[in-house]
Amino acid sequence: MSETVSAVHVAPGELTPPSANQGLLEVFRRRYLLKLLVRREISARYQGSFLGLMWSYINPLSQFFLYWFVMGYILNLHKNVENFAVHIFAGLIVVHFFTETFAAGTRSIVRNKALVKKMAMPREMFPVASMLVSLYHVGPQLVILVIACLFYGWMPDPGGVLAVLLALGIIMLLGTALALLFAAANVFFRDFGSAVGILTHFVRFGVPMIYPYSLVDERFGGHTTAYLSNPIADAVLLMQRAFWIGTTQHPAEMARTNLPPNLFQLGALAVVACFVLLLIGQMVFTRLQNRIPERLQ
Amino acid sequence: MTASIVAENVSKTFTLRYHRTFKQMTVAMVKGHDVSDDFKALDDVSFTIEQGESIGLMGLNGSGKSTMLKLINGIMRPDGGTVLTRGRIAGLIATGAGFHPQLTGRENVYLNAAILGMSEAETRRKFDEIVDFADIGRHLDAPVGNYSSGMFARLGFSVAIHVDSDIFLADEVLAVGDRPFKRKCMEKMEEIRTSGRTLLYVSHAAGSVRKMCDRVIVLEKGRVGFDGDVDEGIRYLKYDDDNTENEPDEDDTEDMDDDLGADI
Repeated sequence: MSETVSAVHVAPGELTPPSANQGLLEVFRRRYLLKLLVRREISARYQGSFLGLMWSYINPLSQFFLYWFVMGYILNLHKNVENFAVHIFAGLIVVHFFTETFAAGTRSIVRNKALVKKMAMPREMFPVASMLVSLYHVGPQLVILVIACLFYGWMPDPGGVLAVLLALGIIMLLGTALALLFAAANVFFRDFGSAVGILTHFVRFGVPMIYPYSLVDERFGGHTTAYLSNPIADAVLLMQRAFWIGTTQHPAEMARTNLPPNLFQLGALAVVACFVLLLIGQMVFTRLQNRIPERLQ
Repeated sequence: MTASIVAENVSKTFTLRYHRTFKQMTVAMVKGHDVSDDFKALDDVSFTIEQGESIGLMGLNGSGKSTMLKLINGIMRPDGGTVLTRGRIAGLIATGAGFHPQLTGRENVYLNAAILGMSEAETRRKFDEIVDFADIGRHLDAPVGNYSSGMFARLGFSVAIHVDSDIFLADEVLAVGDRPFKRKCMEKMEEIRTSGRTLLYVSHAAGSVRKMCDRVIVLEKGRVGFDGDVDEGIRYLKYDDDNTENEPDEDDTEDMDDDLGADI
């Protein structure tokens, strides 16, 4: 044994628990790591596929044509809903943003088990990175939508911009909250991953995307509180307000019949509700994550 | 002296699951079998490690060494008691590194370094040094999933050792490396030791523990069986008999390698 301990190394700081973890706050403090994970996720989401990133656009586009044909052509909504294609696509952008975040976020921890089992890091990183990757794909879709709307004579307005920001904010918060909850739960029972597929179906049909809001109002005889308490439905309506309304012949009349009167209040309320859900998601995640490394086989 | 790692009455319980699916669980409940079973990986473990000490953490397989390292590293949290550390921690847990199999070696170096708390500039500055040390040549741009286990461990060790950490954890790092690499690792760990950083070294090789460490903690079925002098600790574990005629010499690296070979 050599007695050569000479240098005095002074470790900084106090004695702290090594797993000290402020959850999501920590995620945003370590932005460089988050950036690397997002970049990794963008290249890895369609790992091993020939078309790669294009799947992020093929998927929504195929859905778009399916709905456009079945609802518009066969069920004849082309005639009843003006610019039905814009109506679908405006909704589809946020719906697809949500379903991608939800599905990829739920799988995120299991997929990254090589890191989760061996490295100490805030595990909230993975669901958050999934959400940001999905958000990254929203950009080009919005560009396509804007170009299409300009052809219909649509002009941007401040209210519309606010509506888009509210819609995206709702989905970002809600998507992250559910991704946190389901990502942790999926480690314990993979059933949660399977349940996501079913929930996604409810989401697609539970929002005024492939049918107009006026029909909902009519069928429920004005009792739409339950329907509008779905934050994703509010986000879709905000998107219709921002884009579809502006492309129609009589925007004021369309807004009166096809949007709830208190749309912006509903949107603000949804943001608050989703934020509360995110806090709950964080709390559950913190409780579950103690057992995550040992349950990942 | 200041404390570097403090463990107080630490316990960690793992659940051994008998039944996973709904069907299996129902059948087990009807038959009156246990649905789950607990297992204490660590039971009331307490010790204090001062800054600059190098500790050999020893024990038979399943005695809780890796679990203890995971708690110190922060991958897991104890169920009972507290673990406190001071400063930045780096190291390897159970031979492999936390690498993403689909990413290339280069991407993994950046990602791994970021997780260990290095900034982009810091990583770029040390990148060549890390790659040189790992010596994986042109495999650097291939996905690490295709690496041999030796290359995998080498790159992982190289990243961990180049982080400016205050505590270095080494869990059987030498088990998969080849002879020249083992020698390099020992030199690096010696450097860590002399620079006054805390070293926690898990090994079954009595010779290298004798060479590297100035204190031994022996875990026995999740409890501290022995804490103190190196030679006594090795004797306590009865690891001394097979090494007595082959006592490692400070200058003779060949002997050292033979001795290190014991931990495979």
